Amino acid sequence: MMQEGLDDGPDFLSEEERGVSALSSPPRAVNVDLQTDATLQVDISDALSERDKVKFTVHTKSTLPNFKQNEFSVVRQHEEFIWLHDSFVENEEYAGYIIPPAPPRPDFDASREKLQKLGEGEGSMTKEEFTKMKQELEAEYLAIFKKTVAMHEVFLCRVAAHPVLRKDLNFHVFLEYNQDLSVRGKNKKEKLEDFFKNVVKSADGVLVGGVKDVDDFFEHEKTFLLEYHNRVKDASAKCDRMIRSHKSASDDINRIASSLYTLGTQDSTDLCKFFLKVSELFEKTRKIEARVAADEDLKLADLLKYYLRESQAAKDLLYRRSRALVDYENANKALDKARAKNRDVLQAETSQQLSCHKFEKISESAKQELIDFKTRRVSAFRKNLVELAELELKHAKGNLQLLQSCVGILKGNT
Amino acid sequence: MSDRARDPPPERTDFEELEDADDLFPEPAATEESGPASLTAEDISTNSNGPKQDSQFDEDPEDLFAEATEEVSLDSPERDVLLSDGPSPAITPITPPTSVITPCLGHDDMFTHSSFDEIEEEEGGDLFDMHIAVSDPEKVGDGMNAYMAYKVTTKTPMSMFKRGEFSVKRRFSDFLGLHSKLASKYLHIGYIVPPAPEKSIVGMTKVKVGKEDQSSNEFVEKRRSALERYLMRTVKHPVLRKDPDVMQFLESSDLPRAVNTQALSSAGLLRMVNKAADAVNKMTIKMNESDAWFEEKQQHFENLDVQLRKLHASVESLVCHRKELSVNTAQFAKSAAMLGNSEDHTALSRALSQLAEVEEKIDQLHQDQANADFYLFSELLGDYVRLITAVKGVFDHRMKTWQKWQDSQMLLQKKREAEAKLQFTNKPDKLQQAKDEIKELDAKVQQGERDFEQISKTIRKEVSRFEKERVKDFKTIIIKYLESLVQTQQQMIKYWEAFLPEARAIS
Repeated sequence: MMQEGLDDGPDFLSEEERGVSALSSPPRAVNVDLQTDATLQVDISDALSERDKVKFTVHTKSTLPNFKQNEFSVVRQHEEFIWLHDSFVENEEYAGYIIPPAPPRPDFDASREKLQKLGEGEGSMTKEEFTKMKQELEAEYLAIFKKTVAMHEVFLCRVAAHPVLRKDLNFHVFLEYNQDLSVRGKNKKEKLEDFFKNVVKSADGVLVGGVKDVDDFFEHEKTFLLEYHNRVKDASAKCDRMIRSHKSASDDINRIASSLYTLGTQDSTDLCKFFLKVSELFEKTRKIEARVAADEDLKLADLLKYYLRESQAAKDLLYRRSRALVDYENANKALDKARAKNRDVLQAETSQQLSCHKFEKISESAKQELIDFKTRRVSAFRKNLVELAELELKHAKGNLQLLQSCVGILKGNT
Repeated sequence: MSDRARDPPPERTDFEELEDADDLFPEPAATEESGPASLTAEDISTNSNGPKQDSQFDEDPEDLFAEATEEVSLDSPERDVLLSDGPSPAITPITPPTSVITPCLGHDDMFTHSSFDEIEEEEGGDLFDMHIAVSDPEKVGDGMNAYMAYKVTTKTPMSMFKRGEFSVKRRFSDFLGLHSKLASKYLHIGYIVPPAPEKSIVGMTKVKVGKEDQSSNEFVEKRRSALERYLMRTVKHPVLRKDPDVMQFLESSDLPRAVNTQALSSAGLLRMVNKAADAVNKMTIKMNESDAWFEEKQQHFENLDVQLRKLHASVESLVCHRKELSVNTAQFAKSAAMLGNSEDHTALSRALSQLAEVEEKIDQLHQDQANADFYLFSELLGDYVRLITAVKGVFDHRMKTWQKWQDSQMLLQKKREAEAKLQFTNKPDKLQQAKDEIKELDAKVQQGERDFEQISKTIRKEVSRFEKERVKDFKTIIIKYLESLVQTQQQMIKYWEAFLPEARAIS
């Protein structure tokens, strides 16, 4: 099965370093572990951020016969991804699979707001400060942009790697049809319908959840997933907060570096060289601190967020299975009743067989899906935790080296 | 003429115009060897009694204190009240040195001041060996009358103290009282008196109310550290450390309770400075600053003030965010532990628990670093912002002194004109009166001029000393701070290196 790796880590940053513009060089495809590698490869080769939308260029390479060409690209927007995801969810055939979670909506609001504020406050700061802050915010914008691209890509790759979903017709249309899919956003009525559906679902969830499952495996999975999902949610939130503090601290160090620089240029004593050196040091360590925050974000925060969504998708699967079980049980009851009254027995029998079949089908694939989910999860956590530790070490060592060398110079000069 | 202890080597740049070597620390011009070679990791601990600044004084090893102390007799009967405000800090008369800044110094009346110069020169090498520690804060009393008593321990080889090491108990108002006395004696004649730590009603109330919690403990520690730095700065000053009030403060077990401790808080000082500045602006005759040095220095301190305040604000923000980071990391650690518990894959579960442990250790690291940020960097800046306000005050006193001189000169002029007119009238009594008044005023004018010369001279010395101290302080403390950052990174590396194999072990 496929491996989730949001491993844009080091490369993501080194692209930034090299000043490569958004996606002039295509981001490497997410690390996928496909058995049928060559038959279908999907990635997002380019993206464009416009006023209030992002346009993704979805690029496909395939040897499958149903496509007209072997390689082709289309432009898609976020709503079209959501349409594809929803079509999976609504498809009864896929009830027994964990539907890959939809990518979150691209959100540049915060970043745009900051850029706007900066523009308004231009008069109140020096030219250097302004340029510096502008670069910071632009880098931030770029980072968010790259992330949203990565998340949309991961979704597509998960679908492409799934033995059943990759054959879905809507998916092929999504990949190939080079016109606008005209997937208008849901209107108010439809949104309300969705809302009620969810309410019913959760009410049902409570009802169905109360029934103890005969099957140990599923009983265990239910308990596990409910708890796990909540804890991932908590960890994700706390992780975000921690990273925000980290970013704030690194911003402070930035300001400190600027002040020290000014002091250094103004001072008439020995201190001027001293201040300039320390200012330079803080400029460099600040960059490293910012990287640490960014890496923690990618390796830890994003990982947790992703598994928050995946565990929800797994819960949804369990719910669907429970529903099917209820339907099956109801069908059994109906059949007994029919037999007792000796009326519409054939109809009841057919209905019962259908429910039974449906339930068993879902149960079978669900089991496999949940086992795969665990494998994927363990593997993704392992990969990310290892990379996180490696990056933290790399940055700490970099920091240490800068600090030690500066202290050495300063002590030597005084 | 004067019998100077030595001829100091020529100092660099600014102070060339001073012919007598007002160089109190005649180190070779090339090196600023405040290299804290003796700094070890222990010094960085912020739980110790503040930055150990004393170990940095490895200047001229000649012990000139021996000479100086013998000549000093603080109860000298020749304490003339030469200045109109406040008692003079003069000491035993010694023969005055030769030319100073301007030629019109009267010799006889100036001897008490020049004797000061003598002593300061001789202490030039300044083997500064005093060390003061403020420790053991203890709550005395109950309720709203409670106060904190601090133990003040002095270690000194100076023979003017009765013993080499001694302790007393002091409370905060005692410190304020000391500062208030020193300020009234020395500020107006041009000495930069280190400001006392700020009062804090909120902080103290919490302590009084008896909350033994984190924030009141932090408050007490902050105050203890500030008091220690205050005393160290005060005794580092060659003139102040000999002041009887200072010695009494350090030594005497009975200290009269200070009343009306209107501490010259930095806010108060700033108000005073601004008032003086306003007075200066209202002066009809603008002071003709013949000495560009003063104008340049004032501008320099003005700029420094602005920049230091800005830097201080940024560092305070860093302290705040670092503390926040520590708290958030701790919360994340708990959350990760919970996640590890619910994870049903054994190896991953263990790795997540390990991650939680690492994060917990890191949150402590952030907490420690935030303390270093504060006690080393932030407090240094805060101290200097307050010190510079005192420096500005001293410059303004010079202005006032000049103004006084000019005023009496103008008055003298008027009286002379009046006297000239009286010559032609037949009023011998009035004429005599006028002549007497003129004689008196003349003396006053001459005194005013001397005062102005003296304060100008003192300020030059003080500023030179201040700048040297500033350079030393900043270098020493910032290097210490950087070393604290080094330590933090080293620990980080240790923690993550321990975690990495755990993460790899997930299978």
